[in-house]
Amino acid sequence: MLNSIFYAILVTSLATFLPRFLGVVSSQRIREDSKLFKWFNCLAYATLAALITRTIIFPVGALTDASYLSRIFVVIFSIIVFLFSKKNYVFPTIFSAILMAIINNYL
Amino acid sequence: MINKKYFFGGYKSILKADSPAIALGACFIAIGALLKNLGFNIQESIFSTMLTYALPGSLVMAESLLIGASLLNIFLAVFFVNARLYPMAVSLFPLMMYKSQPKWKYYLSCHFIAVSAWLIMKNNYENIPKKYRIDSWIGIGSATWTVAVIGTLIGFLLCDYLNKDILIGLAIINPIYFLCMMIEASKTSQIIMSIFLGLFLGPVFYFFSPEWSILLGGVVGGSIAYFIGELNVK
Repeated sequence: MLNSIFYAILVTSLATFLPRFLGVVSSQRIREDSKLFKWFNCLAYATLAALITRTIIFPVGALTDASYLSRIFVVIFSIIVFLFSKKNYVFPTIFSAILMAIINNYL
Repeated sequence: MINKKYFFGGYKSILKADSPAIALGACFIAIGALLKNLGFNIQESIFSTMLTYALPGSLVMAESLLIGASLLNIFLAVFFVNARLYPMAVSLFPLMMYKSQPKWKYYLSCHFIAVSAWLIMKNNYENIPKKYRIDSWIGIGSATWTVAVIGTLIGFLLCDYLNKDILIGLAIINPIYFLCMMIEASKTSQIIMSIFLGLFLGPVFYFFSPEWSILLGGVVGGSIAYFIGELNVK
């Protein structure tokens, strides 16, 4: 197991560093006012958005134990808190964790 | 070398109102606890966060280890989830390229590309002179990276005290924080459209291919948003 953990960490970091490094290498030839840059900007935001909904709707890890409805409920309420707290980031994040833990404990 | 004023200016981003420290710390506490449960020792857990520093990637690695996946499978699974880092790098680094800045800064600091640091830099780069953006970026990256490592350490040490409900609570913080940051970043119609299409298409593509869903959702959604935006400009 020890060896496999070591290699798993190595392989994971390699798979993570590769897209980062290739991104920087490509960046040297892309001007910030070019159309290509604009396109990649759209791709980046859309990919992040896709990642967020995937984490909420089809999660891996601890969230798989929370019901689908409870996740959606917490997301909607946290966004409302965010908008009403004049876009403060601390309130909605802490609120979401407490609400999620309570819902899963009592419902 | 590195301009101290801009480096520390960036580093202090974790103390501001839009600080990712709580969200990031909470997620990595959960990761630390998860890694301990998987049989990692403290050094392995910390090195895992230091070397990977990308939350979805670490989660996928943990899940793959749990089901006894091969190294090649782990590589591919992590790569599919983290391929998003490529468009993130390409949409950030051209903003920071400056001729007189040494190349090593760019090659080394690309390790800091992760959602939290990326969103902070994207939301604030206009306030920083172009020459020093890379120094500020290294500051932001070092700060978020430190939080991640400390979070992992705390999670590992507190593992026995964290029950299932607390871990679920910690796990929801990250997507909530990212969503709030995305709402804040929605400034042009093209970006708003990209975000909405990504939010919608990511889960839709999941039904066709779970591994490819994030990439496909991003590429298809982002491209549609780009072309509609370009047509509107003309």
